[in-house]
Amino acid sequence: MNLRKYLKVYKKFLHTSLASELEYKTNILVDLITAILSLIGSIFLLSIFFQNTGYIGGWKFEQALIIQAIYTILNGITNTWFNPNLTEIVKHIREGTLDFVLLKPIDSQFFISLKKINPSGFLEIMLGFFLLLFCIRINQINLNLSFLTLCLITISCSICILYSLWFFISTTTIWFVKTWNAIEVLRSFLYIGRFPLSSFSFSLRIFFSVFIPIAFITTIPSEVFLGLSVFWKILLEIIVATIFLINSRKFWLFALKFYSSASS
Amino acid sequence: MISNLINRKIFTLLKVQYSNMLEYRVEIALWAISGIIPFFMLNIWTNNNLNESINISETLLSRYFLCAFFVRQFSVVWVVFSFEEDSLMGKVSPYLIQPLNPFFRYFAQHLAEQITRFPFALIIAFFFFIFNPESIWIPNLGILLLSIVSTFLSFLIQFLIQSIVACLCFWTEKASSIERLLFIPTLFLSGLLAPVVSFPAYVKSWIYLTPFPYLIDFPANLLSGNETNISGGLIMQILWILILFPLFKKIWSQGTKKYTAMGS
Repeated sequence: MNLRKYLKVYKKFLHTSLASELEYKTNILVDLITAILSLIGSIFLLSIFFQNTGYIGGWKFEQALIIQAIYTILNGITNTWFNPNLTEIVKHIREGTLDFVLLKPIDSQFFISLKKINPSGFLEIMLGFFLLLFCIRINQINLNLSFLTLCLITISCSICILYSLWFFISTTTIWFVKTWNAIEVLRSFLYIGRFPLSSFSFSLRIFFSVFIPIAFITTIPSEVFLGLSVFWKILLEIIVATIFLINSRKFWLFALKFYSSASS
Repeated sequence: MISNLINRKIFTLLKVQYSNMLEYRVEIALWAISGIIPFFMLNIWTNNNLNESINISETLLSRYFLCAFFVRQFSVVWVVFSFEEDSLMGKVSPYLIQPLNPFFRYFAQHLAEQITRFPFALIIAFFFFIFNPESIWIPNLGILLLSIVSTFLSFLIQFLIQSIVACLCFWTEKASSIERLLFIPTLFLSGLLAPVVSFPAYVKSWIYLTPFPYLIDFPANLLSGNETNISGGLIMQILWILILFPLFKKIWSQGTKKYTAMGS
């Protein structure tokens, strides 16, 4: 692995995909409005939940807003990197163009996970950051270095888990060819991440922390922000993220053995 | 001429599309699963006793969300995505020559998909009743028929709205981002995530003038036996169809003049 070469290649990726995406400028504007509306919508939904109670699953409204902020950031990351690339895998496999990717003297997972970029997701990430800053103010959180590193670690772990989940499902395309809808299932499950895990019933809580670790993705970073988090939870998140990342890699290499090129 | 159309063309289209859809059983099953968000919402509502504040018993609320799931299952529309792809690939050109509006083709596709989806939705409902045995109920035949009609009307409204958006493909080629924008108010205001009764007064004052509550909230209330204005709801649904249909016809006739036959 030559890091410099990969950086250079990535720069080219950025350049080409930005150039092609910026062709559709109004599209980016529409996507921005969509992101803003969807944030307003979920805050509206949250406000309905808090209409007549002060706490949901032990979270105050201001605290639950942090989860929304983190969800928005992660959703922005999904829309910027994961979604455009991993839907491309489906296309590669269906049309047999994965051959060309595999023949390139570059790691195939790197290539298909980072080739494309959707700039409208950036705006969503920024939106999430603004909300997060606002939440930090209204919750009177003191920022210091160790706190920030902890936040950074948990959020990067969340990104790794999220990436692995997406990549797992996209990899199954090699067997099932059409996994569009599996991605939709994942999306609908990820929707859970907008709410604190403790607001769900016990069985769902178990399901979303053991089978699909959505609990780790937004709840734990938010707890870190509020200073509520316990050390073992953070450690657990790091472990889960590592396991997911390693397995997504292994799974990809395993799946490639079953790849029988199409239409070529 | 109309009876001829219904007898032969629609029937043939339906038959073709149904056998086509049966090919993608797994996909449709996954799609059915991706619609289970209402159940997660129900979990938040009941687990935090939020239903008490809006005076709906737990059983009625769980029935409401089950019905919302059903209504959503049979009113999902994706015509804009199909049409965008077909129009970018130039597949629309041969359709335009045929003496049949291509939207009939998409319409048949949706109906066939709903028929295929039906057993999967039933299975999910079956599991729902296993976990919530107290919410089992049998609606009387009249209500059942009326709610099927209103679900179909809701489907028609959404199909017309999306067809209008799809026609924008003639001008902008990426109409699906507009659809994603429109989906946000549909998601939050239609009653899929929270019944419209629970909305704050400042939203309730104008929401019944928009088409949104008639998409899911009204048919779901009707089917689940919650309080609702039956004749008013049906009239509003028909009214919206009467508004949207001429709009679609107009934009269609103007759009076809603009058509540039991309990709061929």
